[in-house]
Amino acid sequence: MRKEIRTISVFSLVIMAILVPLIIPDEYFIHLLINAGLFYMLVAGLNLLVGYLGKLTLGHTAFLGIGAYTAALLNLKLGATFPITLTASILISFVISLLFGLIVLRLRGPYFVIVSLCFAEMLAIVAINWISLTNGPMGLPGVEPPKFYFPGLFEIYLDTKISFYYLIFILIVFITYIISRLVHSTVGRAIISLRENENLAESIGVSAFRYGLIIFVIASVFAGVAGCFYAHYVSYVNPEIFSFSYMCTMLVMLVTGGKGTIIGPFLGCIIFTVLPEALRVAKAYRDPIFGIILIIVAIFFSQGMAGLFGKLWARLKERKFP
Amino acid sequence: MASEIIQQIINGLIIGATYSLMAVGLTMIFGMMDIINFAHGEIYMLGAVFAYYFTSLLGLNYFESLAFSIILVMAFGFIFDQLVLRKLRNEPTLITILVTIGLSIFLQSTVMLFWGPSPQGIPSPFPQKTIQFGPIFLTPLKIFMAVITVVVIIGLHLMIQKTMLGKTMRAVFQEKEAAAIVGININRVYAINFALGSGLAGLAGVLLGTLFVVYPNMGLIAVVKAFLIVIMGGMGNFLGAIFGGLILGVVESMAAGFISSSYKDLFGLLLVMLILIIRPYGLFGKKY
Repeated sequence: MRKEIRTISVFSLVIMAILVPLIIPDEYFIHLLINAGLFYMLVAGLNLLVGYLGKLTLGHTAFLGIGAYTAALLNLKLGATFPITLTASILISFVISLLFGLIVLRLRGPYFVIVSLCFAEMLAIVAINWISLTNGPMGLPGVEPPKFYFPGLFEIYLDTKISFYYLIFILIVFITYIISRLVHSTVGRAIISLRENENLAESIGVSAFRYGLIIFVIASVFAGVAGCFYAHYVSYVNPEIFSFSYMCTMLVMLVTGGKGTIIGPFLGCIIFTVLPEALRVAKAYRDPIFGIILIIVAIFFSQGMAGLFGKLWARLKERKFP
Repeated sequence: MASEIIQQIINGLIIGATYSLMAVGLTMIFGMMDIINFAHGEIYMLGAVFAYYFTSLLGLNYFESLAFSIILVMAFGFIFDQLVLRKLRNEPTLITILVTIGLSIFLQSTVMLFWGPSPQGIPSPFPQKTIQFGPIFLTPLKIFMAVITVVVIIGLHLMIQKTMLGKTMRAVFQEKEAAAIVGININRVYAINFALGSGLAGLAGVLLGTLFVVYPNMGLIAVVKAFLIVIMGGMGNFLGAIFGGLILGVVESMAAGFISSSYKDLFGLLLVMLILIIRPYGLFGKKY
């Protein structure tokens, strides 16, 4: 019964997501949805690290930036198209996260938190100062929209909002599928045991380092994919991509949505793409209000929206209907 | 050449001393309250902004505005702890991180509302001309910064070691529950601790705001540096924070003087990562 409900709700969500841009063909609205989707790819990976493994990172933007710069440079300097830049972004974020993870995953608690932040800051400094490659603070403008073609067979340009929407939709379905399989696998159970009690889990042979590395690399590759998409969608990459404010937004989305759940990142990304737009009414007071909302949310809804819905659902089920 | 190196080291030590002030504040808050305080940089900025307004708008002299802005910043820290952090005493680190991020966004954007577009300097009361000590040149402002930093750190040390308040703080630092059992009001000690940590950040803000310039985003780089220092020395370790600050100051100043000023921040970051690879718990930290 439960399984059936889940299948039905997942299917109806997917169909809704396919139909939404056809029902509301407003460019700006679709742009917001794409933004939410972009953040989802980042937050979903972060959720694996923070929500399931329990290791807080502040350097997720590092891999977003690596993916974006890889795609932008390949496209601008070599004219590579989307399938190639995507593969390259995945490979490079894979290699760098593996190397970085091998070095720093031994660190625990706050040490890991700060070193991950340092890593993103270091990349930002390099991106600002290595002007011959990255064009410094001016950034790299003019990245082409994704193009799929086989010589002589077909050629498709994805340059409308709707085509970007469906591209990111496919990526999101793919990522969510991987995550839900992963979480319910042996790896998923291992990382949850590490989150609950690292010493106990290690004592029965669950290696914190090994599983930490697996999850760190997967999350970073997702961020690299998001970066590649970002570069092609926004068509402009600059060192701002490493900025701490993106990292804050991701964390806020994750925690308010509900960490350690599949649905949480969806809720968080949608709420926090809509909320800043809604706060536009407040004009100059937007950011101060946003800060206060953040404090209030963290105090009163630390379980996130998913936790809140879970509680309501449990209460509904307990209630005996006459 | 030799004198140039000494000059760079001295400059680095003086800047590093103000970094130490900030890092000691951060490490106090972390060590006792387990809070990774991301608003520390904005509190540092707040100190500088208050001092600027006191001198330029109210026309107070430099030392009065220094004192008043630190008092204000400490009061702010005390009230914030009692209003917000008090409700989160048993929450995991992630939640308090979010709250402090929220505070930092709030403070930064609020100051941005009435701060003009350009950075401002706090007018220095000291003459600009340099004083020569053998091969080294120093401005009176830098000497004042060095002196006040040393005085504050020694004063803090004496307070923690010799007074009743310091004793209760050390007790809470070591074992919260036991301290509460013997009748220490740990809630009050937390608030005082947060206020003191904030005051140190505010002092660093006023000093560096006089040497450089004041602007609403100045906190971000500062807080990253303070974090670097704190983990380099070992979280919650006072001595580590002081030495870490001096080391970072010297490394940055040497890198800026002899290698490249645009990459100077990179060297600090690399140094910290190297130290952590060799000693994963910081220079003075204990394994936990």
